This record gives sequence, structure tokens and C-alpha cells, in this order.
Amino acid sequence: MAGTAVLGRLTWEAAEVADVVDETPRVRSLVLDVSGWAGHRAGQHLDVRLTAEDGYQAQRSYSIASPPGEPPTITVERLEDGEVSPYLVGEARTGDRFEIRGPIGGWFVWKARSASSAQRTRGGGPGEPGGSTGEYDAAPLLLVAGCSGIVPLMAMIRLRASAVDATPSLLVYVSRTLEDVIYREELDELAQRGDGLEAFLTLTREKPAGWSGYTRRVDRALLDETAWPPTQRPHVFICGSTGFVEAAASALVDLGHDPARIKTERFGATG
Amino acid sequence: MSEARLDGNAIGGLLHTVFGAEMTAAVGVCGTCGAAGAVAELHVYVRAPGVVVRCPKCESVLMRVVESPDRTWIDFSGLRTLEIRR
Amino acid sequence: MSFPTRGFHGRRRESGDAAGRIPPGQHLVDGFPVLSAGPTPHTPLADWTFSIRGGGGPVTWTWEEFRALPTTTVTVDIHCVTKWSKLDTVWEGVSVDTLLETVDDDSPYLLAFCDGGYTTNLAREDVSDGKAWVAYAYRGVAGSSTDSTGHFGRTPRQSPRVLETAPQAVPQDGEPLEDEHGGPARLLVPHLYFWKSAKWVRGFELRDEDEPGFWESNGYHIRGDPWLEQRYWGD
Repeated sequence: MAGTAVLGRLTWEAAEVADVVDETPRVRSLVLDVSGWAGHRAGQHLDVRLTAEDGYQAQRSYSIASPPGEPPTITVERLEDGEVSPYLVGEARTGDRFEIRGPIGGWFVWKARSASSAQRTRGGGPGEPGGSTGEYDAAPLLLVAGCSGIVPLMAMIRLRASAVDATPSLLVYVSRTLEDVIYREELDELAQRGDGLEAFLTLTREKPAGWSGYTRRVDRALLDETAWPPTQRPHVFICGSTGFVEAAASALVDLGHDPARIKTERFGATG
Repeated sequence: MSEARLDGNAIGGLLHTVFGAEMTAAVGVCGTCGAAGAVAELHVYVRAPGVVVRCPKCESVLMRVVESPDRTWIDFSGLRTLEIRR
Repeated sequence: MSFPTRGFHGRRRESGDAAGRIPPGQHLVDGFPVLSAGPTPHTPLADWTFSIRGGGGPVTWTWEEFRALPTTTVTVDIHCVTKWSKLDTVWEGVSVDTLLETVDDDSPYLLAFCDGGYTTNLAREDVSDGKAWVAYAYRGVAGSSTDSTGHFGRTPRQSPRVLETAPQAVPQDGEPLEDEHGGPARLLVPHLYFWKSAKWVRGFELRDEDEPGFWESNGYHIRGDPWLEQRYWGD
């Protein structure tokens, strides 16, 4: 599988910023050109390493926001006392080069069923086709995002759209304010296609005029109202801060979801 | 709970470099309590003089990794077994 | 293979030697980075003890007994192996000399052990003669005031300044050391890299041999003198 070989060297490569997209006042996406990029899977991330003139280096991990088949794009939130994120969000411009390592990850990944093939999928992991025989896995997809945790889940949503995968999918996404919702217009557009994707946004620090979405943290009651019931046995991906991920995972398990079908990725607060 | 705690996804690059293979989907068995789970779900502390990986059930140390400019030390004696799917 | 990233500078890093107080390879930081190798322990004071285990059976203090020992306030520079240094940090604690005096054992080494399982090894002489404390309070960074004791030396091999207070037989008011900074009590050995200043310390095992602790057995230097840049094995 391109870019996903289990055995293979992972080395630092040069990446050039090909384009810059401001997503929100604090969040920017960088489209990267990496020579010889062999592709990636939805959910994977890159390690980014910056080097100062005096040789000082700083390294952070960022999830890839773009779907497989497109150049790797990272979406970065500028953290107040961050060291790398202020550079990526505030300083880096088209043509700049830094080092990346990746793609990384084989657990927190989702693969779409292509429309024509994969009538049979092995039920081992979310949307994981493989094996010559097996149960058809029609289980729906539940994506739960805490703030910048939306990034790897967006790669999955974008893959679903580009692969014309009709897996019933549901996103629950918490942000601080409406302005902080990353990819908001794109999510609105995708959710309105009526192809089986629903998105529930919730805001914790604002109730805009005319807002009909939720206005609180992702808690058990909110998940109970929005998420697939356990009887649907959804495959679940949760991404955000450690506190967010563990609260959401506990709530889903309390509601009766199978912990073995929940995959999590925790983001650190250092930027 | 400590904000300094992440999971095995955070050291995916480090482990891939050390083991020469994608490791977050590998299954580790805790040598202390016998709990088994994906490396991606292990408790990982990266804000230390090195990386410490602990069992999510019993918090025993499973792995320690230290990187200097020219060497890497890794102790995974806390793991009984690692299962890496090829 | 690495190349500089245009426009990237990292955090402001003063690495000038500030009158010889910053060891090689270190830089100053604002704030106090919290490093953590595991979950923060929360031992209730009623359950807390400090023990020295050596020949002749362990000597143990309860929290009340520990806080009844003579205390000092010290102003010291600290140096973490991850390259940050912080000058003029003020701590209150009990001198390790006070603790070791009660033990009739002159073993040359000790292993400090802590809640959560962390250990670090030290030579007896690195924690004696006013070089180490078991600290129960952190008071922040000293101002630029000159202090009046004249009891310190600001040489490149820096001696901790010891602002001596009258021996306190009763616990002082003030905020205790926060759990995430190693409270209720941590070891403070400022002339060595800060991984030796073990958080959540609960005692010493006196040893005849220098047996590497948690980090020393996994790449970090057995002694860790920042002025000799003893970071890793073989340095």
C-alpha cells in the first residue's frame, strides 16, 4: 500500500509550502509539496521539524487534513505560548521549506469502501477491507472531534466524499465559538448533500443569534441525543485533547458502545 | 488526569524510526498485569527527559526511550510481547 | 541533511553565560516547565513518610515529624538536561544533612525512591555539606535584591545561596509545593541536572555501589554534572 508499508524506512524529508489557507483567525492550513510523496491514509499524521540558524530544533506532530490522493495538507492551530505553531500559522509562506517525517500511523486510520469493489470487507477495523471472504461491514461511522481534533476526522470525511462512499456517518464537533469552527463552510456543504453525512456542531463559549446547534460540552446526554445507538455498532473515531477524548470515550461506553470499536487520538497542548 | 499524557499515536514517528516498522497498530501485552491493547492506546508521557510509555490499566512502565544527538536508548522490558501485523 | 527553516527562531533563548551561571548548552526560560514521566501521585499527608534505609534498620519521619525539623530557605539555579535553566529559584526545605545525621551508616551512595516508582542514584558526597534538600515549598524566583547573608558565591561552579532562617520547630504558613511540581516534598540537588531532584521523594536507600536509577539506566549519565555537560552515557 502506498506510503503505508509496514516495513520501510521513515526518514526526514524536505517539504515545501505550496499554498496557505487561512481557516479561522487562529488556524491555518499548509499544503505541502513533498518530493516523492507516496501517498497517505485518512487519519495519519506528519512530524514537522524546524531548525533555527543556530541549529536549535523543535519538532511537533500534525494530522494530515487532506484525503488520500491529494498532497499532504496540515491544519495547524496557533497556540498562545507555542513555539512551532506561531511559526507555521504566522510566518511560513509559500516557498518556505522545512522537514517532515511521515506519513505516520496505522491504527487511527479509516479506509473508504470503493463504490465498485469491496462488496466483502473484514470486520476487523473501521472500513478495513481485506481478506478474500468476510462479513460485509455496513456499520456506520461516528466521528467525535474536540476543537483541533477535527483535523484527522476531516481527512476521513473528505475521503468519504471523494470516494463516493455512502457509509452512514455522523460527526459531533465541539468548538469554542462559531468563528473557531474549522472547515465550517465545507462541512455545511457536505452535510447538505444528503449522502448520509450528518454533522452536529456544539459551541462552548458562545450562542450566536439564530444558532440552532448545541451550546455545551460534548457530554453523555449530547451523545445520547446525537450519536448512533449502540445497537448500530458504529465504528468510532475520537480526537482532541486527552481530557476531551477520555470523557467522550467514557460517555460512549456508558451508553453501551463497544470499547473495541472506539479508536482515539489525543492531542497535546504544546505547540 | 495529567495533561502531559498522550497516547501511542504521539510517538508513531519515533517508534517507526526505532523499530523500522509502523507500530501504532501493534498489540502490546503488559508484562505486569497482562492487559493487551494497541500501542496507539498506551499511556504516553512525552514531557519528560525521555519518553515513558505506561500500561493504561496498571500504569506500569512498558517502554522508556531516550534520544541524544547521536544515539537512541530504548527499554521495552515492561512489555511481555509485541505483536506486529505484517 | 537538516537545513535551517527561514524565519524560525524558536523561543527566545539567552545562552550567554550570565556571569558564568549558565552551564554549556543551556538556555534560560520564563515559567517553570513541568516534566512528567507518569501520573501525578497524590499521597495524603496522613499517609506520607520519609525513610532512610540502611544498616541498622530504617529511620522514618511522618509528615508532622518531618516538618518539625529545622528548615532553611535557599536560592539556587536549576538546570534541566532538556536544556532549560532557571536562575534564582527559591525553595524551603530540610537539608539532607539533617536527615542523614540521624542515620548511623556512612555508605557512599544512595538511591532516592519516590511515589510512582521513580528512582535516581546519588553519591553521598553530592547530597552532603549543604548541597541538597528535601523541599516542601517553592517560593518562586528571587528578585534582584542583594541578600544580606554574604553566605554565597557566584562562581561558575555555583554554590547554592543559603539564606539562613532561624531553625523552625513548627510548620510555616504558606503554600505547599504543588503536586505537579513534586509535592508534598521533592529532592533538590541543584548542582546536578534536575532529573536528580526527584519529585515525590519518599526516602533513600543507602548503598555501597552506585546503582543507576530510572533514567541513568536508560541513557542518562550516572552523575549528571551540568558544568561538565554529563548528559548521556559516555559523556
